[in-house]
Amino acid sequence: MSRILTYAEAISEATVQAMERDPNIFITGIAVDYPSGIFGTTTAAYQRFGSARVFDAPAMENALTGIAIGAAASGKRPLIVHPRNDFMFLAFDNLINLAAKWSYMYGGQAGSVPIVVRAVIGKGWGQGATHSQSLQAPLAHFPGLTVAMPATPRDAKGLLLAALQADGPVVLLEHRALYNVSGPVPSEPEPTPLGRAAVLRPGRDITIVTTSLMTIEAEQACKDLARLGVEAELVDLRSIRPLDSETILASVRKTGRLLVADTSWELCGVTSEVAALAAEQAFGFLKAPVRRIALADCPAPVSQVLEASFYPRASTLVRAALSLLGKADQVETTDRPDDFKGPY
Amino acid sequence: MDGGEGLDLTRAFQDLLRVRLTEETLASRYKEQEMRTPTHFGTGQEAVAVGVCQALAPADAVYSHHRSHNHYLARGGSVYRLAAEIYGREDGCSRGRGGSVHLTARDSGFIISSAILGQTVATAVGSALAFAMDGTDAVAVSFFGDATLEEGVFYESLNFAALHHLPVLLVCENNLYSTESPADVRQPPGSSLCGRVRSFGVTADQVDGNDVAAVFKAAAAARLRARAGGGPVFLECMTYRWREHVGPAFDHESGRTYRSKAELDLWLERCPVRRAAAHLVRTGQAGVDDVNTMADTTATHVAAEIERARAAPWPSPDSLFDHVWRATAGNVA
Ligand SMILES: Cc1ncc(C[n+]2csc(CCOP(=O)(O)OP(=O)(O)O)c2C)c(N)n1
Repeated sequence: MSRILTYAEAISEATVQAMERDPNIFITGIAVDYPSGIFGTTTAAYQRFGSARVFDAPAMENALTGIAIGAAASGKRPLIVHPRNDFMFLAFDNLINLAAKWSYMYGGQAGSVPIVVRAVIGKGWGQGATHSQSLQAPLAHFPGLTVAMPATPRDAKGLLLAALQADGPVVLLEHRALYNVSGPVPSEPEPTPLGRAAVLRPGRDITIVTTSLMTIEAEQACKDLARLGVEAELVDLRSIRPLDSETILASVRKTGRLLVADTSWELCGVTSEVAALAAEQAFGFLKAPVRRIALADCPAPVSQVLEASFYPRASTLVRAALSLLGKADQVETTDRPDDFKGPY
Repeated sequence: MDGGEGLDLTRAFQDLLRVRLTEETLASRYKEQEMRTPTHFGTGQEAVAVGVCQALAPADAVYSHHRSHNHYLARGGSVYRLAAEIYGREDGCSRGRGGSVHLTARDSGFIISSAILGQTVATAVGSALAFAMDGTDAVAVSFFGDATLEEGVFYESLNFAALHHLPVLLVCENNLYSTESPADVRQPPGSSLCGRVRSFGVTADQVDGNDVAAVFKAAAAARLRARAGGGPVFLECMTYRWREHVGPAFDHESGRTYRSKAELDLWLERCPVRRAAAHLVRTGQAGVDDVNTMADTTATHVAAEIERARAAPWPSPDSLFDHVWRATAGNVA
């Protein structure tokens, strides 16, 4: 059975269901046991399981990751939450040098370290240069780490459930602008398979491949395009690694046009990877060059007016799609209102 | 209140007023949703910034963290440029790119503030290294909160600074909380911050952080010691943040329960600005009327500067890519 839940509620539900099933799961990180618990996603788990399984951590990102790895090596299933994924940079040593390589480096003889890391991408309202980055590309660069970016409430629940059942380390990047988005979510604990993209909308004219918040922007863009008679196929990557190349390629071979949109920068980014995939394996099907939509090539500015030109939106996607189709871009677009208010 | 030998209490009081009235005016304006950037107000903690900065020389380098306005202003940063930064305007000290947590006023000896915990402990140690290499008299100062002592980078920096006897003042503003976590969920009972630092062979003292004279006296002594080759000095300034962790409200207004209104009220009574005023009057350095006049003059100045910042021009969207790279001869653009 499906009900309408917000992204935040879906994560909360997945957490409680997973913890009920598996007594080895525990949650830690800054603010996880606060009444406001990471946009309300850890509050229910704290109420249900108490401080033995949901507890605050001092500011200690690197060591906390190492501690989680050690706990996982001894049978636990830690879930670490970072209120901003940027704080995770301090944890890269343990995450990448140890967790990601654990299975390989010890020839599969040292067991597994099933840690799950949830980390929030910030955006807007002046979050600024060090509170708004999207780390999927650097994380996915390293073999051994699974990286997923739920865009819909359904997948927010499903991917977290899958991560909490996975064998190796998984990072889930959640976008702050998504926590209030609602959609259908099954009440049963149904995992979303890691490494599978989702075709959210079928179409024949152009493929739009997206991640995270850009999926929501693209849903709006697809509606605008439909009014102009353009049928766009929307492919939400969901997982960055493993990357579902089959779904991407099947769509590109069908439509012959590819627009890729990600929440991070272009150079050496996820959009580059998808573009390279199409160039290498679907070149003969392309009727136009691949087009990438990413952040403006500078750190995130704070000033409202600069922020507005920094982030791509639905209208950015519509214009790019129309230019790929060789159509004029005189079109009324409907960007979603940015209704977030501070102080966070 | 401590004697604070050598402190010009009138000047210190004027700085306290400037810091307090700027923060309070910004906080009231912040609620209008025009300043769109997460902002950590430092109300209640002014004496730490002012006491330490009064003890510094112009060449000293000051670094700060996310709760940075007090340090920026106490070091001589401009109210206008601070307010313009928070309003996101081109005249902001970081041209509207950095926001509340990324301030700079290099001409005043305030190098930067930065938002990631522990970063500016290491950078201050780096400035101290440069001063030691150059044989100058300058010292470096890092302001940070108690949560920074939970990060590994703090101990790595401390170890290095102690090893090389670097002239750095590590100023911890211990306001007892990290976001909504009280000290006892973050630190084992019986463990003291000063005790940990002393185990590195580093001088560490606890002072009343709401007493500007006491802070000044400790900082002046620490500075002398660091300059004389005594190595780093750690000051733990005990204080309290009046408002919520980030944003302009009081916690009780927002229904948060991690600390009580009664606890806040206790600290309101220890207001560092009122204490400095009482001290001025008690010692005959100023009359009540003088104190009130200083407060009025500062309030008028601050209000005008903040109003001017609010009316300042936005950055041009064409300038979005300014300063991503520094142009260097021979580099490809
Ligand atoms: C590496 C890192 N982890 C987490 C954070 C989030 N964070 C910002 S301020 C803060 C609390 C800091 O507390 P404290 O050092 O006591 O300073 P206070 O805010 O009380 O002045 C935290 C956890 C961060 N900025 N950087």
